[in-house]
Amino acid sequence: MGLQAMTYLVVGLTFAIYIGIAVWARAGSTSEFYSAGGNVPPVINGMAIGADWMSAASFISMAGLIANMGFGGGLFLMGWTGGYVLLAMLLAPYLRKFGKFTVPAFVSTRYYSRGASVVAVLCLLAASLTYIIGQMTGVGVAFSRFLGVSNSTGVYIGMGIVFLYAVFGGMKGITYTQVAQYCVLILAYTVPAIFISMHLTGNPLPQLGLGSNFVGTDMSLLSKLDQVVTGLGFGKYTTQVPGSLLNMFVYTVSLMIGTAGLPHVIMRFFTVATVKDARYSAGWALIFIAILYTTAPAVAAMARLNLHATINKAVMQTDGDFFAPENSIIYAERPDWMKRWEVTGLLKFKDLNGDGRIQYYNGKSKDADFLAKVEAAGWKGSELSVNRDIMVLANPEIALLPNWVIALVAAGGLAAALSTAAGLLLAISSAISHDLFKNIWFRDMTESQELLAGKIAMACSIVVAGYLGLNPPGFAAGTVAIAFGLAASSIFPCLMMGIFSRTMNKQGAIAGMLSGLGITMFYVFAHKGIFFIKGTEFLGLFGGKSSFFFGISPNAFGAIGAIVNFAVAFAVKNMTPPVPEDIAQMVEDIRVPRGSKAVDGVH
Amino acid sequence: MSTDNSSKAYWKETLALVRNMLIIWFVVSYGAGILFAGALNSISLGGYPLGFWFAQQGSIYVFIILIFYYANRMGKIDEKYDVHED
Repeated sequence: MGLQAMTYLVVGLTFAIYIGIAVWARAGSTSEFYSAGGNVPPVINGMAIGADWMSAASFISMAGLIANMGFGGGLFLMGWTGGYVLLAMLLAPYLRKFGKFTVPAFVSTRYYSRGASVVAVLCLLAASLTYIIGQMTGVGVAFSRFLGVSNSTGVYIGMGIVFLYAVFGGMKGITYTQVAQYCVLILAYTVPAIFISMHLTGNPLPQLGLGSNFVGTDMSLLSKLDQVVTGLGFGKYTTQVPGSLLNMFVYTVSLMIGTAGLPHVIMRFFTVATVKDARYSAGWALIFIAILYTTAPAVAAMARLNLHATINKAVMQTDGDFFAPENSIIYAERPDWMKRWEVTGLLKFKDLNGDGRIQYYNGKSKDADFLAKVEAAGWKGSELSVNRDIMVLANPEIALLPNWVIALVAAGGLAAALSTAAGLLLAISSAISHDLFKNIWFRDMTESQELLAGKIAMACSIVVAGYLGLNPPGFAAGTVAIAFGLAASSIFPCLMMGIFSRTMNKQGAIAGMLSGLGITMFYVFAHKGIFFIKGTEFLGLFGGKSSFFFGISPNAFGAIGAIVNFAVAFAVKNMTPPVPEDIAQMVEDIRVPRGSKAVDGVH
Repeated sequence: MSTDNSSKAYWKETLALVRNMLIIWFVVSYGAGILFAGALNSISLGGYPLGFWFAQQGSIYVFIILIFYYANRMGKIDEKYDVHED
């Protein structure tokens, strides 16, 4: 069977499964729609959280990011998993005990204020919408690259599928579909990794392969990689750091607390039966996430080595000379996968020195010795530009794996994007129908009216998400990181203080959220322009990029925003009236598990 | 919860457990995986430099163990103070 037919078959089959599950798991009540009836077992819930969490970015882009960053890429691995420790111990059990469907519902009750709840809804919508744009573009990219349909047809098909199971199934349909999607995406990620690890190190487990010897030598794979990348002028793979250690530290904090503050993840802990199950759910979720996250660094290092080995023959020789002319491959004789990916524009070649061969090295190196060798070899700049997404998408082709594996990668990318999109849609629609309509604007809605409003809100969100996926705003690329900054600087501190401080009052919480959010946005705008409009950056006022606040990158600033949030909240609290006695009592009450009841929407 | 004293003791014990877990959480990720990774790299674990291993593999394994240990201990604390769910 040809590759195209095989891909249609595998993708078609997985879609049929998702729709089948949607029909089986229709939601009949608001409780089923928002929290799957509140009785999902922890293992199943953990798997669903895993699929919800691992987006198109985790599946397609993360390994490529790590491949470029080397050691520093660990900040994504630790940041996006360490947040689950915070969730499990600081937030999930207490929010489950509190027993409401949504994060704004907690904020509104704990801070006895609809104003606080509106601020929380705004933070939630901003974070979720920016996130979902990336998923929809991911769906379009996967369709157009693997199934040969246009980008927009791909987005329409994706919208249709999500509509079917999210609108009719609600949280119940989404949870069980995500279990299926998890299985598809994890197979798609690990199968090529196992083949490649076997090929490069003889060890089938990628987690061990990365720590093994390069096949046929007594040199470890990582030392080999260090030798190759430094030989080509790049930073040393196992020690390379993004900016500074301080920046890596702060960036990791921001991702961890951002993870713990993202509403579409927190919501999942309302779907289990008890406080005890909420604690275990987070553990199971992390196990399922870790299977991908511990494979990713192996994929990253091995793909990087494979890529260099393809372009420069010296990589595979002992003490090979990278600068010997005959070691750079001739462009006309490049492998077929390179030709295929050149068509997509993700791989570009420009023969700068006109010798008909490909030189790929760090053209921005400042090292004098290295530059002298480059000069002597007659190289005029790095001639290949490689998009990081190739590391995962083209991996099976580079390793010459069978067609069914390539088809599986296509289905896996789609599963990752669709499952995350569905989870985000649910968070958005519940914020609109439950927190705005039911609790603020139309307080006398019946349950069936609210369910209908929820479904309409979700249908509208799908259309908006699809539109934004087809016409991504210019700032879209940078905004997923901003979503973490928002969650880290506003939602996480607000929930923490709600649980661990008996005395935090509404004035403190609102002032904290607004100032945390404000300072984070200020810092981001200083780097990237006011509302991302080019040319309005105002870094110059502070003496330029490197001297402004220790050179911390804007994506890493959420942690600083959170500190500001805590500080302002406690300062304002001490100047304003104390929290009412019944609220203080409620805080005491959510600290113990006994008396947990099914989550509901009643206030 | 029967008395105020027992509720205070329950909360104190809970916080102590969480504090200990978060100390380990901090040491493996921010300590071994970032601040002291350079120093640890002189030790190797198979073909991995140790600091690199903590940043890209080890800290994640430790996180999983921490959550399950915490969930298990909390279950016991809940029963000790008789605040567990039925």
